[in-house]
Amino acid sequence: MKMHGGLQEMLVRKGAEASLFLEEWQGNQVILKHRIPKKYRHPQIDGRIRSYRTLHESQLLHEAKVAGVPTPVIFSVDLHESKILMEFIEGPRVKELLITLSLEARTLLCRQIGRMIGCLHKNHIIHGDLTTSNMILTGDGRVVFLDFGLGEKTAALESRGVDLHLMKRAFQSTHFRIAETCFAAILEGYVDVLGKILANRVVKKIREIELRGRYISGRSEHEH
Amino acid sequence: MQTAKSKQVCLGIETTADDFGVGILDFEGNVLSNVSNAFIPDRGGIHPREAARHHAVVAGDVISLAIQKANIWTEDIAVVAFSQGPGLGPCLRTGATAARALAAYCEVPLVGVNHCIAHIEIGKLTTEAQDPVTLYVSGGNTMVSAFDAGRYRVFGETLDIAVGNCLDVFAREVGLRSDGVPLGAVVEQLSRRGKEFLDLPYSVKGMDLSFSGLLTAAISLYRKGTVDLENLCYSLQETVFSMLAEVTERALAHVEKREVLLTGGVAANKRLQEMLKAVADEHDSLFCGVPKEYALDNGAMIAWTGILKFKEGLTTPLAESFVRLKWRLDDEDARWAARNVG
Repeated sequence: MKMHGGLQEMLVRKGAEASLFLEEWQGNQVILKHRIPKKYRHPQIDGRIRSYRTLHESQLLHEAKVAGVPTPVIFSVDLHESKILMEFIEGPRVKELLITLSLEARTLLCRQIGRMIGCLHKNHIIHGDLTTSNMILTGDGRVVFLDFGLGEKTAALESRGVDLHLMKRAFQSTHFRIAETCFAAILEGYVDVLGKILANRVVKKIREIELRGRYISGRSEHEH
Repeated sequence: MQTAKSKQVCLGIETTADDFGVGILDFEGNVLSNVSNAFIPDRGGIHPREAARHHAVVAGDVISLAIQKANIWTEDIAVVAFSQGPGLGPCLRTGATAARALAAYCEVPLVGVNHCIAHIEIGKLTTEAQDPVTLYVSGGNTMVSAFDAGRYRVFGETLDIAVGNCLDVFAREVGLRSDGVPLGAVVEQLSRRGKEFLDLPYSVKGMDLSFSGLLTAAISLYRKGTVDLENLCYSLQETVFSMLAEVTERALAHVEKREVLLTGGVAANKRLQEMLKAVADEHDSLFCGVPKEYALDNGAMIAWTGILKFKEGLTTPLAESFVRLKWRLDDEDARWAARNVG
């Protein structure tokens, strides 16, 4: 692991969106999420994206918590530098965890995730980047949601559909062998919270979004 | 008079869209010829039926020319490959018909090839890339993919129109003329003179992208008549390519590979190349830009993928040689690629 800016900071993860540093702050271990400027894009685009997402993420992290979805506690936000100082969540990412679980445990976990997504949507919060790398299972059995940078506040059916569609896609690309059962369980949990009528409308929307995509069979497959 | 078979070659036919391309490669991956004849509409975009008519007219000549240039006999053809999909139906059918006829004439097996996979495979053949994250950008496709557990997987793609389509439609709507150069290249030239950046919608959803809202916004901004076209082209390119760079970077960080392959018609754009190279550098990865001849739709890529599949014993019986308009690249086990990745 690389050291960054002195002994107190340690780069724990360099994602595409931001770098995460493990720091000590007020006697606690905390995470500093820094959206580092991207040299490849126009400074105006870069500045806009970084400060917008930093602001947005901190707001949504808070609102998600109010909605009953576990997220890290925020200690401070620096919009100018695009930095968020937040609670360090210990535990495995759902991405690595899933394959180690039995079918039963996996289904329970996915149902729990589905309920959490339901809570978000019910409170008009769209996560925007639902993948299993953005969820951590803590020792006390909570699934903590991270990375709300691409999120938004809306009750639009379309946004809810896209949100779940992305979750499904994440399963298909990363957990293809278990994608179907996992996503089915997620929908079960989702229905629990959102209710049948609304949830069914979202599910219909997912299908519509899929069909809008390119090369999806179901419209006019295998024409001769 | 010809004695024993001197070479073993594959002839590949590419007809997913406006190009009728024929490429011939030997089994070691040497390109013996790569010929193409593009349908150029008088105005507007590609009409599938008209393009298919063009393909039917030129098919014989292009195939003959490719054989001539490769300096082979038809007896040397060990396998015929064709683009089975995805693409425009009438165009695909014309190519498939030509391929079936040729395979029957030569009495050799037929191999149906996925067009998107072919772009990646020829990229791996013509660059240093061995196991890359690929950004494939053209008039019909926009996707980020990488090989994982036996298949090429799609990590991100457009939720509506392709990026090349977005640039082309924009160019036509603001009255740009191509005069033989691709419309995207006209936009690129104009963008170089742009100085002022104009805000346009930036739409990245997870690793997926959306271009239609951005296109509408750019066109309506132009119609207001208050903005400079050069600035608008510049801003459109900067926005669109930043989106592409971002999703590529996300995929790269996600799958943790060490190479970035850029291919497709839009890959010719210098600014996009520059951005993708910067993304690769940032993640200690190698940037591999596919040479233009092989980045555009071409017959060689179909022939090469045909060889890779043929060597694995994957041929396409006549009864299964129907075209697949919406054939996703993650629909097929890529056994041949698994070997290289290890």
